[in-house]
Amino acid sequence: MAFTLPSLPYAHDALEPHIDKLTMEIHHGKHHNAYVTNLNKALEAHPDLQSLTIEELLANKAAKVPEAIRQAVINNGGGHANHSLFWTVLGPNAGGEPSGALSDAVKSSFGGLAGLKEKMVDAGTKRFGSGWSWLVKTADGKLEVYATLNQDSPIMEGKTPIFGIDVWEHAYYLKYQNRRPDYLAAIWNVVNWSEVGRRFSAK
Amino acid sequence: MVITKFNALNRRSFLVTGMAASAAALTAGLIRPSAALADAKYELPKLAYAVDALEPHIDKQTMEIHHDKHHAAYIGNLNKILDANPDLQKLTLEQLLANKAEKVPEKDRQAVINNGGGHHNHTLFWSILGPGAGGEPKGELAAAITSTFGDFTKFTEKMNEAGTKRFGSGWAWLVKTADGKLDVYSTPNQDSPVMEGKTPLVGLDVWEHAYYLKYQNKRADYLKAIWNVINWAEVDKRFAAK
Repeated sequence: MAFTLPSLPYAHDALEPHIDKLTMEIHHGKHHNAYVTNLNKALEAHPDLQSLTIEELLANKAAKVPEAIRQAVINNGGGHANHSLFWTVLGPNAGGEPSGALSDAVKSSFGGLAGLKEKMVDAGTKRFGSGWSWLVKTADGKLEVYATLNQDSPIMEGKTPIFGIDVWEHAYYLKYQNRRPDYLAAIWNVVNWSEVGRRFSAK
Repeated sequence: MVITKFNALNRRSFLVTGMAASAAALTAGLIRPSAALADAKYELPKLAYAVDALEPHIDKQTMEIHHDKHHAAYIGNLNKILDANPDLQKLTLEQLLANKAEKVPEKDRQAVINNGGGHHNHTLFWSILGPGAGGEPKGELAAAITSTFGDFTKFTEKMNEAGTKRFGSGWAWLVKTADGKLDVYSTPNQDSPVMEGKTPLVGLDVWEHAYYLKYQNKRADYLKAIWNVINWAEVDKRFAAK
């Protein structure tokens, strides 16, 4: 079964003005699409891997994947997993604050939403080159914030990503150019906290 | 002291050699002026051409932001690190970066690689681009390209392949190795061939900021277009330098 590009749950201009329409079109329709295409290409000669979930493929630094294609699967499979999550944790008329169990966890781990934002923005700003800033649930259920390189996914290290901010330049350059901090400040206006909360509470 | 390359000066040779050549290197931004001078810092080199000079291949807005914001930020960050490490201030940029920046204390090493590499890479980049440029190299470099890669087209194909295959941010390079041979490969982020003792001749920036405003995801189109603005006279000079 080939991997497929998921549809966006909202229109391309739904996240305006914080994330612009053209970026959403290219980011989803071109960049994410290319990761899916290249992932399927990498797995072409490996039908046994094609039936695995993306999480199974990426687990333990993609240990199940033959060395010859491992980096290609990390790059493109990670890209597919990361972007699939990204579209769901963003949304129009979103923003605001987390609630319930997630809210309690954010309070106890980071002192509250402001503390979480500061940490994620810092991780995103300090990520040199391409990568992601992550809020993850660790194997023992705790919250953690850190950044990964390129399309490396927290899944590779057994962590559950619940919110991610893409800091590849393609995620913000058309609207923000070099001003990554402005993008990192704006994106909180479109965080879909109910989806992030759902991911936090999932088993 | 012999000036081996325009950018290989250090403060001692600056003092004993002619002001003209030293001034050129200073303007190129690759040595820090002596601490006795005011504002002992690396400086953003001026572009040798107008910001719209590389149109339509590289757009004006990209040149403005790439030079005035991205390159300037690397220099600002580099100077900050050197302010905190005064004994590193007498080194040239190449000396700082040599052997994976081994002269730099571990706690600052990655930051020097990132920002020093960024400064070195972009300084080279502006100099090997130019308006009304493009075409092909001549003389010894042309012969070396033919003997190493088969012909000029095969060489540009290798460069573009290195550029398209570099996942994430980085650069595609034509370098001269320590034994005088040509090589093509890519580095991640702002890693410089200077870190491994190689001499960069042509660098193609494949960070998305280098092409996104005009080409968006179409990195391959950018790589095809950039050959229209390569200043081969400058590349020849770098190849011939001892």
